[in-house]
Amino acid sequence: MTDIKTEAGAEPIVRMEKVNKFFGSLHVLQDIELSVSHGEVVVVIGASGSGKSTLIRCINGLEEFQHGHIDVDGNELLPNGKSSKSLQTIRTEVGMVFQQFNLFPHLSVRDNVTLAPIKVRGLSEKQASDSANRLLEQVNIADQADKLPGQLSGGQQQRVALARALAMEPRLMLFDEPTSALDPEMIGEVLDAMRELADAGMTMMIVTHEMGFAREVADRVIYIHKGQIVEQGKPEAVFDNPQNERTKSFLGRVLKH
Amino acid sequence: MDVTFQFDWQAAISSIPYLLTGIPYTLLISFGGLAIGFLIGILFGLLRISPTVWLRIPAITYIEIFRGTPVLVQVLFIFYGLPQIIGGPVNALVAGIAAIAVNSGAYISEIVRGGVQSIERGQREASLSLGLSRTQSFRYVIWPQAFRRMIPSLGNQGIISIKDTSLFSVIGVGELVRQGQIYIATTFSALEVYLMVAMLYLAITLSLSLALRLLERKGLVGQ
Repeated sequence: MTDIKTEAGAEPIVRMEKVNKFFGSLHVLQDIELSVSHGEVVVVIGASGSGKSTLIRCINGLEEFQHGHIDVDGNELLPNGKSSKSLQTIRTEVGMVFQQFNLFPHLSVRDNVTLAPIKVRGLSEKQASDSANRLLEQVNIADQADKLPGQLSGGQQQRVALARALAMEPRLMLFDEPTSALDPEMIGEVLDAMRELADAGMTMMIVTHEMGFAREVADRVIYIHKGQIVEQGKPEAVFDNPQNERTKSFLGRVLKH
Repeated sequence: MDVTFQFDWQAAISSIPYLLTGIPYTLLISFGGLAIGFLIGILFGLLRISPTVWLRIPAITYIEIFRGTPVLVQVLFIFYGLPQIIGGPVNALVAGIAAIAVNSGAYISEIVRGGVQSIERGQREASLSLGLSRTQSFRYVIWPQAFRRMIPSLGNQGIISIKDTSLFSVIGVGELVRQGQIYIATTFSALEVYLMVAMLYLAITLSLSLALRLLERKGLVGQ
């Protein structure tokens, strides 16, 4: 078996080197070494409190770290919130989808999607609105464009959040437990939209508890335990033949049901 | 026991034209003071939550001083005390507006702080992660939501400040209460005139309440 995406020697889009983070005396990230190639889909799994959300939140500067550095598409994030270019520049290239959707409740669905392209990218209302319509179509929610987020179901809101992030044409998408706040019957529609995005070649880092989805879409699965990357590899390898005792026990707990 | 009292409707009604001459002053002091107080409130409310301690300290000092002293003392200080420092008289109307401004400004600072802090962290994170600057995030995402939540408290403060202007009769500015006192001095119809004065305050505050309720109903869509 070959994996073109990860083994072609492509220039990585994310490179984390010796990243360490503390919350007070708690060592939440320990010597994280990780690179992600263009087009790669990386799924991060681990117990709650293992640091997996913190890990991806470091990549767009929502969390500061104390040691090491992170290279994101040629821009460098440095310890204690410093960076080679402004954080804003880095964030325009990195989209993020949150567990709680975090849509802007005072703006219509369309305005949620067009706000950043207009204010940050300088698009005209017309351009932004056209591209919003296209993206909302893509996530199957074009008919709700004039509603307020509060009028939508959780699954619909999360798909809007995905369209909103994509409107900035990011080169990398981060997903922080995108389905954890959803009712079970709505998880599928969000995963479908993410699957399409992965198929289209988007580089994605996904923190999730959806193991079936991880197995299906991931090029690589990373298991984090107490702030350390304990095991990583292709989904079949990690899920079917985990090497580390901690991975085995974690998977034993989550795959049982 | 023989209590007889006569409510003199004639006296009540004939006082109204004279009392109405006080309304422009009451409104000017209230809304002029509140408008400035709102600007002060935004400025100090935001300084109050600044991450920089040297910006927080002046804000906290201002808020504690002007919230912790009576508005009557503040206006007396401005009208009688300040002239000794600046070497010239202070206009009574200006003193009244200034007193409402600094007093309501302190309360509104706290309203602004509470409103902004009530917006979930995720809103800021989502807007920043889209590449918005901190200023843009505040202007387009945080503030519009915070302001809607602030409307009931702002209305409350408006009503309190309108009523506070009645204290300014002591510095001789011709607002509602002052005009009432002058009228009573010649007619001795205290019962009727003060009742009319009360009714006029009620008319102003009820109008404000009503306007705010309409605004709130519009503003609360999407919360």
